Amino acid sequence: MSQQPVNSLVDYLEASAARFPGRPAVVGPDERTLSYSELNVGADRLAAFLARRGVKPGDRVGLLLPKSIEAVAAVWSIMKARAAYVPIDWKSPAARARSILTDCDTRAVFVDFSVLETAAGCEPARDTLIVLNAPDGAELPANTVRWEEAAAAPATAPLAGRDRGELAYILYTSGSTGVPKGVMLSHANALSFVDWCSDEFHPHEDDRFSNHAPFHFDLSVLDLYVPVKHGASVHLIDDETGKSPKHLAAFIERRKITIWYSTPSILHLLASLGNLRQGDFSSLRIVLFAGEVFPVKHLRELKSIWSWPVYYNLYGPTETNVCSFARIPDGIPEDRTEPYPIGWTCSHCRPIVLDAGQKPVAAGEEGMLYIAGESVFQGYWNRPEQQAAAFLTIEGERWYCTGDVVVEDPECGYIYVGRRDRMVKRRGFRIELDEIECALYRHPRVREAAVVASTTGGEVRIAAYLSADAEPPPGVLEMKMFCGKNLPSYMNPDVFTFLDALPRTSTNKVDYRGLAQRLQSAAARTA
Amino acid sequence: MDVTEMKNTVREFILAEFLPGESSANLKDDTPLRTSGVLDSMATLKLVSFVEDKFGIEVEAHEAGVENFDRISDIAALIERKKGA
Repeated sequence: MSQQPVNSLVDYLEASAARFPGRPAVVGPDERTLSYSELNVGADRLAAFLARRGVKPGDRVGLLLPKSIEAVAAVWSIMKARAAYVPIDWKSPAARARSILTDCDTRAVFVDFSVLETAAGCEPARDTLIVLNAPDGAELPANTVRWEEAAAAPATAPLAGRDRGELAYILYTSGSTGVPKGVMLSHANALSFVDWCSDEFHPHEDDRFSNHAPFHFDLSVLDLYVPVKHGASVHLIDDETGKSPKHLAAFIERRKITIWYSTPSILHLLASLGNLRQGDFSSLRIVLFAGEVFPVKHLRELKSIWSWPVYYNLYGPTETNVCSFARIPDGIPEDRTEPYPIGWTCSHCRPIVLDAGQKPVAAGEEGMLYIAGESVFQGYWNRPEQQAAAFLTIEGERWYCTGDVVVEDPECGYIYVGRRDRMVKRRGFRIELDEIECALYRHPRVREAAVVASTTGGEVRIAAYLSADAEPPPGVLEMKMFCGKNLPSYMNPDVFTFLDALPRTSTNKVDYRGLAQRLQSAAARTA
Repeated sequence: MDVTEMKNTVREFILAEFLPGESSANLKDDTPLRTSGVLDSMATLKLVSFVEDKFGIEVEAHEAGVENFDRISDIAALIERKKGA
């Protein structure tokens, strides 16, 4: 590794392009490959194009692209232009995608032709749009450029002045006020995590990493940047393969993946429906999971089939990336039912656990987990109040309040207990139940809305309880479609129930506890 | 099984699994399911597994997209093609 100081993720790409120019850097879902040299030069050309179109250091550039080698080149080009990339689920409702592009005031957007209208429909329309997969002869709006044209731009010398404190990316997560909020991460934040991964997992240039997570999900940070530091390759998994266990299993086998990283939900699907006993998966050496609790019976099932890799539970909110980890022991006792702990904090993070009065608690007592250190995010884009509420300052140092309640076990580290607010996690995605309620209230015939969640057999179910302004109330299909237009798919409730009025407590608040019990007993009846 | 029966089998599964409380009359053959957000990726996976088991066909990853799984009529057409192949 170069002895030069590392100021940006881009430094790792350029070092690997110099050291391993011909090695595969990224392999697309369609098996098209970019070598380190090709990726670096391609990103230089696109970065030069962005600069000529007025993208300056500190600007934001949106990404509305399917998984592809082009999307990876675009990510690197944005960082080479010293701008921050803003990845958005390219299949998310147009209104939500536009609200994100508008909120962070993007200068340019990389967009797939199939969703061009999402980016082109932003008001005011002044972004440069770089369109991938535009068919020959397609008419494009005035401010739009084909990918091929941008990618053919002559490269210029890389932009000087890289700084660890500059933003690398902004990841939007569900917001309790009804609009998604942008978590701002700097190069220093990402580098501290990448370097910790190096120390812990010892990757080498022969490793083949999977990339299951979409780029707007923070799990992708490990997949995209850890391999690059070591000259290894990342293998991108597209949406369709990513949700089909048997095709996913075939992918892991064919690509000889060595380091796998995904949510427990996906690993559970693989173990239960992927016919894993049929294939040869001997290349796998490390299995990482994060984003949600892995129910122990599902983890045991997976380990009984894939017994040889080393398994790690990684934990951390988007605001800190991974901040604690636990290596799963080889044998899981048959009588164990409680999930594995989230473990001890990583070397680049420091923890404290405080009670409601912000006093440290003793080991064995419940408290809120706070994190300080180099991986802690810069703040929320344009949300000073939420940002102020997220941090506690102790002797001049910022501690991020994770919102997660934990207990320290001196033997095995922190044990996750739950949350005190209304955030739930489904398939690794954070969901503020308030954001769903805000969306439901936008329906013209909804008078009241309350959303609760329950977990059965490791699966989170979300239920909306509603009352309507007039009889008959809207149907389930209508509500499902309405939410489909206004929310990402993972936030669409599973159940819609119209009541004459929502139940209230003695102080006239919505009786969430009663609704949660109602959902639990309904789930128990159908189980 | 004729096409109408196929469609009704798929319809009943979707209603029971993903739209509890909706009446079958409202779920039409051409109601968009994927593009409207009624079915997310996990729901589609369950639906694909159901179709494979129920009708004894294999659905490839590239066949499980919007072209074949957006509407009940598309799903029935895929099953027919697969059964006929």
